[in-house]
Amino acid sequence: MRTNRRQFIKISALGVGGLAAVASTTSLGGSLLGIFDSSDPGRDIDFKRTATYCEVCFWKCAAWINVDKEGNIVKIIGNDDDPHCNGRLCPRGTGGVGMYNDTDRLKTPLIRVKGVNGAEDSFREASWKEALDLIASKMKDIKQKYGAESFALLKHGSSGSHFEHLFKAYGSDTIGEPAYAQCRGPREQGFSSTFGSWVGSPEPTDIRDTKCLVLIGSHIGENMHNTQVQELAEAIDKDVTIITVDPRLSTVASKSQHWLAIKPSTDIALLLAWMHVIIYDELYDEKYIKKYTYGFDELKEHVKNYTPEWAYGITTIEPSVIRKTARKMADAAPAVIIHPGRHVTWYGDDTQRERAMAILNGLLGSWGKRGGFYLKEKVKIPKYPHPAYPHPKWGWEEIGEEYPLAQMGLTNEIIRASIPEENTKHKVKAWFVSGTNLPKSIPDTKNLEKALDSIEFLAVCDTMPMDVTGYADVVLPECTYLERYDKLRSATNREPSIALRAPAIKPKYNSKPSWWMAKKLGERLGLEAYFEYKDYSEVIDWQLRKLGSSLKEMKRLGVKKFNRTSGPLYIANGEDYEFATNTGKVELYSTELAELGFDPMPKYTAHPEPEQNFYRLIYGRAPMHTFSRTSNNPNLSALKDENKVWVNPKVAKLWSLKNDQEIYLKNQDGVVTTFPIKVRITERIRWDSIYMVHGFGNANKKLSRSYGKGANDTEMITNVMIDPIMGGTGMRGNFVTFITDLKSIVS
Amino acid sequence: MAIDTKKCVGCSDCVVACQTENNVPEGFCRDWVTESVSGTYPQVEIELRSERCNHCEDAPCVRCCPTGASQIVDGGIVIVEHDECIGCGACIESCPYDARYVHPEGYVDKCTFCLHRVTEGLQPACVSVCPTKCMYFGDIDDPNSEISNMLKTRKQKTLAPEAGTNPHIFYLI
Repeated sequence: MRTNRRQFIKISALGVGGLAAVASTTSLGGSLLGIFDSSDPGRDIDFKRTATYCEVCFWKCAAWINVDKEGNIVKIIGNDDDPHCNGRLCPRGTGGVGMYNDTDRLKTPLIRVKGVNGAEDSFREASWKEALDLIASKMKDIKQKYGAESFALLKHGSSGSHFEHLFKAYGSDTIGEPAYAQCRGPREQGFSSTFGSWVGSPEPTDIRDTKCLVLIGSHIGENMHNTQVQELAEAIDKDVTIITVDPRLSTVASKSQHWLAIKPSTDIALLLAWMHVIIYDELYDEKYIKKYTYGFDELKEHVKNYTPEWAYGITTIEPSVIRKTARKMADAAPAVIIHPGRHVTWYGDDTQRERAMAILNGLLGSWGKRGGFYLKEKVKIPKYPHPAYPHPKWGWEEIGEEYPLAQMGLTNEIIRASIPEENTKHKVKAWFVSGTNLPKSIPDTKNLEKALDSIEFLAVCDTMPMDVTGYADVVLPECTYLERYDKLRSATNREPSIALRAPAIKPKYNSKPSWWMAKKLGERLGLEAYFEYKDYSEVIDWQLRKLGSSLKEMKRLGVKKFNRTSGPLYIANGEDYEFATNTGKVELYSTELAELGFDPMPKYTAHPEPEQNFYRLIYGRAPMHTFSRTSNNPNLSALKDENKVWVNPKVAKLWSLKNDQEIYLKNQDGVVTTFPIKVRITERIRWDSIYMVHGFGNANKKLSRSYGKGANDTEMITNVMIDPIMGGTGMRGNFVTFITDLKSIVS
Repeated sequence: MAIDTKKCVGCSDCVVACQTENNVPEGFCRDWVTESVSGTYPQVEIELRSERCNHCEDAPCVRCCPTGASQIVDGGIVIVEHDECIGCGACIESCPYDARYVHPEGYVDKCTFCLHRVTEGLQPACVSVCPTKCMYFGDIDDPNSEISNMLKTRKQKTLAPEAGTNPHIFYLI
């Protein structure tokens, strides 16, 4: 696949000595920390319970890890007191035990060995001392040659936060995570420009009490965001009206009274037409609009010509359906939710689409209302004392300065700054990657590989030999969340709460927690003052005591709830309420966007459509998987071990495709999938699009369950449309055709 | 057991919970999720069903078992006594729901409705984890139980009724 400097190493390519060492390290695994007080096996009461919160996805549900007398993790059960899960984990949380048991896990640190005389590069097993010494020396080296700013951290999840602390202490704020510019960034901006508040995670959607839930491409139930799914089911029991806009009959579309099978990329036209109907049919609450909103008259003028008849030609949604569904929303208002979605980087005008969704919520008065959006609150965790961070000369903000409303590091721009030929003001020379599998999270693989080829050093920390580890100079094996302490969880919710993650069991193999790695690297860099603790539990206990609890108490409770201090959950009718926007109102007309020269109200822009024999690539989630992270999990891969390409029967007939036939996909730029993918012929998808679940087609042979199974959608995404407002990478403008003659592909 | 197909999202949490609760070996399962699609785009419907042993009142697996390992215990749950099972597979052949498999250790295995939990007053693992709470487990002979009320008020069906086994899994539709 690659032959350049940073040759991709399939982690199985170990030296001979290395393999022997692996066998000897396995015996270290799995010894138990606690003691038991009962001798009767097989009952729950005999299991030792340890508090954790889940790391299989970002929802972070609090749970109890159950360990038997032999020291095996038997099962993981949701914590009844946790508002994220209410005692019920999703399949990934229940299957989290598979992360621990997976024998393909990274077992010991690895260091790249350059191949001599044309031989391939390989990894050799290394001690922690060697691996950390090498990373620390490279960090010093980069700092001396280019400044600490040139060493970037690309991260996701709990482990990333420990390295974030290390990097800030070291002097680099060149930090990015795909969770922003490749995922939810546009919605945070769209809603912030309207209501003065990010949506945040978990979303403050009051689904359990809503009367009308509107989903624009959001597939709750296939994205297994636990509380959202739980509340969706609760709302179904209460006869909620669900309106789903999706070119595919998603699971939730099948549970909707109205499935609007929209032509992809035309959502803004539909949203404008809905605004038109609500305004011109006078379906809004005039008193509310007057008191709480800004720019109604401008909006009214703006949407004057955006009639349902106008939208019909664009969206293929019939005018009567647009009118009927607009009325349904208005009837339910303010107990209506136009859901912001989560992965929303689609077409490059995503902030404006999210603005349109936010404006609809504004027109219907759902923000801060029961059955709409509740006013979220979280507990502020006291900061464990450490010296002030140094001030870097530049960082993520400067790297993303072309995009005035980028509120977090743009991974894509950090990658661009790592490519010497790119004309960027600042240059990135080395990366530390933690918990994100870049080849699956970053579009435009070629560009990513160019950056990987150019950087001087790459360290990767992960629990599994994900594809990204194959590019590393040093691989650090992290123990799973079941074997470590991490930061306290504090997330926005109806009721503020904190949750503890404590280790149930010693780290298996020669893996270590990332807090330990960050501390040990810090000590090598002379940053001991930032890590003044022997064990991370000391930090947690200190913070808990400040909050009036203790580690001991939290080990017993797992989750602790606090009283709200910011006021009621909802805005009372007629209450004086100031939104955190420039005008203090819900901005239907955005003064913030206007000042920066962007459209203050969203416009519909036509996007390219597939040429003949090409189909728009739409990707999504399966409820039992999180990105590519879980694809090798023994419990979860047993449920779904590959993705298939969904094809409408009409298209299948045209191509003479059969169910489960293997084909390759080729995109508009001639890129062909590395692996073939099986066909699923289904009426659930439009004829101008194909669909596949994201996260499959792993290229690393060491992932024995998932290697080569299914295809990687990310490698087909070579056309990236950047959102000019916040720098998000629009990924739904890619078109694929089918290669049915497998022999024509030389692998 | 009643399962509300209107709420089930097919996430398969029931399958994983069963595996970890009952130590089901990798590659096997006692419950599973099916999807049926009907209609033509865009008039399409899907039904998701969490399926398992139907604990039939007139169970062919019990009738055909040569050793008596397959049996109905008090309360109507069909079980396989592992020690008495010779792994002949007659029950697997006779089951209209394909709910049984041969465990690598040589005996036939299947859903027990988590008898070990139920006798302690707990719900079966699948029911207790389901994020959508779409499964209801209880005593259908008790007219006041939650499940009896569900079955009184909701439209329902059973699978393969033509097999005449009087199955005890009801799908609310």
